[in-house]
Parts: sequence; C-alpha cells; structure tokens
Amino acid sequence: MRDSTPAVSLFGGFVASFRRDLLIAARHKAELTNPLVFFLIAVTLIPLGVSPEKTVLALLAPGIVWVMALLATLLSLDGLFRSDYDDGSLEQMLISPQSLYFTVMAKVLVHWLVSGLPVTLQAPLLALMLSLPVDGYLPLLASLALGTASMSLIGAVGAALTVSLRKGGLLLSLIVMPLYIPVLIFGASAVQTAVQGGAIGMQLAVLGAFLALAIVLAPIAALGALRISTNG
Amino acid sequence: MAWQWFHRLGSPRWFYEKTTPWLPWLATLSIALIVTAAVWGLAFAPADFKQGNSYRIIYIHVPAAFLALAGYYIMAISGAVGLIWKMKLPFMVMKAAAPIGALLTFVSLVTGSIWGKPTWGTWWEWDARITSMLILFFLYLGMIALQQAFTQRDTADKASAVLALVGMVNIPIIYKSVDWWNTLHQPATIKFTSKSSIDPSMLYPLLMMVIGFYLFYALILLLNTRVEILRRENRTQWVNDLISTTNKRA
Amino acid sequence: MKFQFESIADFIAMNGHGPYVWASYAITFAVLIFLLISPLLQKKAFVKQQIKQQKLAQANNTASEATE
Repeated sequence: MRDSTPAVSLFGGFVASFRRDLLIAARHKAELTNPLVFFLIAVTLIPLGVSPEKTVLALLAPGIVWVMALLATLLSLDGLFRSDYDDGSLEQMLISPQSLYFTVMAKVLVHWLVSGLPVTLQAPLLALMLSLPVDGYLPLLASLALGTASMSLIGAVGAALTVSLRKGGLLLSLIVMPLYIPVLIFGASAVQTAVQGGAIGMQLAVLGAFLALAIVLAPIAALGALRISTNG
Repeated sequence: MAWQWFHRLGSPRWFYEKTTPWLPWLATLSIALIVTAAVWGLAFAPADFKQGNSYRIIYIHVPAAFLALAGYYIMAISGAVGLIWKMKLPFMVMKAAAPIGALLTFVSLVTGSIWGKPTWGTWWEWDARITSMLILFFLYLGMIALQQAFTQRDTADKASAVLALVGMVNIPIIYKSVDWWNTLHQPATIKFTSKSSIDPSMLYPLLMMVIGFYLFYALILLLNTRVEILRRENRTQWVNDLISTTNKRA
Repeated sequence: MKFQFESIADFIAMNGHGPYVWASYAITFAVLIFLLISPLLQKKAFVKQQIKQQKLAQANNTASEATE
C-alpha cells in the first residue's frame, strides 16, 4: 500500500463534499418540491380511486402514507449521481485522494435532507387527510425518519448501478423496490400497531438495525457500482 | 493441485471441453430421477389425510422453489468469484443462471397458486412462502433487466454481479421480514409442508425429485453456459475449429 | 408399494383434484422441456450463423487474393 497522507482529513473531505452538494441542491430549489408535490398528489389518488369514507381511509392510512413516501423517495433517487456523472465530476471524485466512503455518505446525506426528511415532515399532514387515528402520528414520524434514511442509502446503490444508462430511471425503480420491502413492512407495521394500541419498540429497533446495516454496507456497494459505471 | 484446477477454471475453452462428456450422464440421470419420482409421487405415494390428492403438487412445487432460491445463490456467488478473481467464466455462469432461476421461480409461483385453490379456495393467497417467492421473482427480473441495459458486456457483467450480491445479502432479511409480516395478518397459517410430520412414504419421492431437479439444473446451467462461451469466444481459433468439425459431421 | 387408485380413470380424476394436479405437472414439465431445448436450439442457430460468416470470410479472402 502506498503511504499517501491525504491532503484533506477524513472529516474535512466529508464536510467539503457535504457543503458542495448542499449548495448545489439549494441552487435547484424547484427540484426540492417535486417529491413533496408527488407525495401529496399520490396520496390524494387514494380517496379518489378507493373511497373517501373515513373508516376505510383510517384502515388504509398507515400503509398508504408509507407506500407513497417510499415511491416519492424512489423517484428522487435518479438525480443522486446523475448530474455529477453527466458533467464528469463523478470521475474526478473517484480519483480524488479523499476517502470515498465519506464522499458517498455526504451525497446520500444531502439527498436525504432534501427528499427523505421533507417527505417525513410532510407525512403527518397527509395522514390527517387520510383520517389516521391520533396514536399513529408520532410513530409515523419516527418510522419514516428511520425508514427514509435507509431508503436513501439502499437506493444509492441502485442509482450508482444505473447512473450510466440513459433511461435508467424505471430500471432503477425495478431493482430497488424489492430491497425496500423489509423497511416498508416494519415501518408500516409500527404505525399500524401504534394505532391499535400496541408498543412499537421492536419495529423501531428493527428499523434502526436496518439503518445501521445500510450505513455500513450501502456506501461501499455504491462506490463499487460507481467505479463500474464510470469505467463502462 | 487445487489451485491449478481453479486457475484452469478461468479458461472458458478448458471448461467447455472438460464438461462435454458430462452432459449425457447428467441428462440421463436427472431425467430418470425426475420421471421416476413423478410417477412415484403421482401414483404410488399415499394420499394426504387432509388435502387428498392435491398435495401431490408438492412433488414439483417444492423442488422448483428450492432450486429457485439455490439458483440465486449460485448466480450471486458466480458473480462474486468473477468480481474478485476477474475471471470471464464465472460471469458467463451468472448470466446463464438468471433466466433459469426466473423460470423456476415462476413455476413455483404458478404451482403454488394452483395448489392453493383446492386447499384454501382462492387462486392467490398472500402467505409468507408465496410472497417471498414473488419477491425473489422480482429480484431475478431486476437482474435480467440490468444485464440487458448495458451496451458494454464488461460493464454489464460487473454491474449485475454487484446487484446479485446486494440481492443475496437482502434475501434472508426479506424472507424473515415477510415471515414476520405474515404472522401479523394470519395467525393460523396452513403450511404446505409441515416438514417435521411428513410421512416417509411421502418424503422419499420428494427427496428423489429434489435430487433430480438439482441435477437437471446443473445440466441446464452447463448447457446455457456453454452456449454463452461459444458466443463470447466466437472469434477464437478453437471455436472456429469446433464449428468446422460440427459442420463436417452434419 | 401399491398403486393408489382404483383405475386409470380414477388416477386421472384424482378425486376431483385432477385438473389442479395435472395442470401443475403440465406447466412444470413444459418449462423443464423448454429449459432443455432452448440452449440446444441456440447452439444450432449460433453454429449456422458462424458457418455463414466463415463462408463470407473465405469468399472475401479468395476475392482479395484474386485481385492481387
């Protein structure tokens, strides 16, 4: 192994990457609202397509809000690496001396801050429109906070695999959705169980475990996938 | 000695020539086992006390399900070997394994669904096993779709290998999650195979069928890998020679 | 081991479960046969195509030799 002292410290590299991506995201404010508008319209489809009756909606609400949040996160993934790939800065990033694990983490963190987190915060409003019982709101926030973070990380792997493909968006959804299913199961169950009066410590613990696993493994897989995509 | 064998495995030509004599044996044995087990299971195994004769579907549903799952691991491990040791052959095996696994998963889903009708009265039941098989089907479809999407074969191979590995890590998590989800909604699940209490007279044809299916899978995987080898090596001398001799014989 | 049915007709009917059992077995064996035949047909097609290309290459070679 060559003994190369990086010019930038580990944390410094992370912060620099984080700042850059956050700045870029801030410059495209219109894109920030897309997942939120999608979330709103998609949830509205349910009473229109199924039934506006409060009892029916209340029964479906935990699952519906969770599924739509999942889809909103999924749709925002395509842009995670794409603009950097298109202008060549992704390749530059891959040959830089910084620890790339932290660079990828920074990108995913910014992605979560501008998509997953706003979706999480918007969820209670939409749950209200679906007559979610009172007991469900806090569990909704908690489960979505953990879940959207995991989904950003897992989705980053899919985004990295498809970044070099012109019409990668739909393929990205196909390959990532099965991987989201465990997160969905435990997240929706947390809200459902809370509504029925039960304790949700177990579901939140499992969601936390998923997040921990994703934090460790996903950036590594995404990094490998990015190298493969840029060499192709 | 073992290392030498392993490095030889990197040569598609060596693999192709080495496996040619295996094919007739694999074919005869696997087909014989499958046909025998099918006849045994259909006609000579006793009927089930609760399910009557419809349980005989088990003799094809369970082996298909086993191979569908095992096939995914074979695909993922081949991908890993290709990535780690940078060999061409494992990627060819991986590519061949995807559609085979997808079809076997499909068989498992269809036979499971058909079995459900006389047992539970519905054509589709969201129980843990069928739902997990359905998700496995999605994983296979994703693999096939990703492989087709790339224009450069090298990139296609490596990207698919990464996806296969990600899927492999997720499969136990998905299976456990779906299992847990199912207990929430269906406290009393009728399991297709309560393995602990399956009668030996019913078990033996099942085991024979499982072995037959494994051998058949190996045969099909070999056949498809060999075609892939020919395709990828079509510019080499040995393939051209092979074609000339095949042509002369014909 | 004893043949479990009274007659062949019984065997096919399977106490009413006949359609389900036979449909399942039919689909399964259809897929297995397809899995077996598919690579064999693919190989035949490949060989055919390669022979064509070989002939074309040979024709080009003799043509270029003739013009030299």
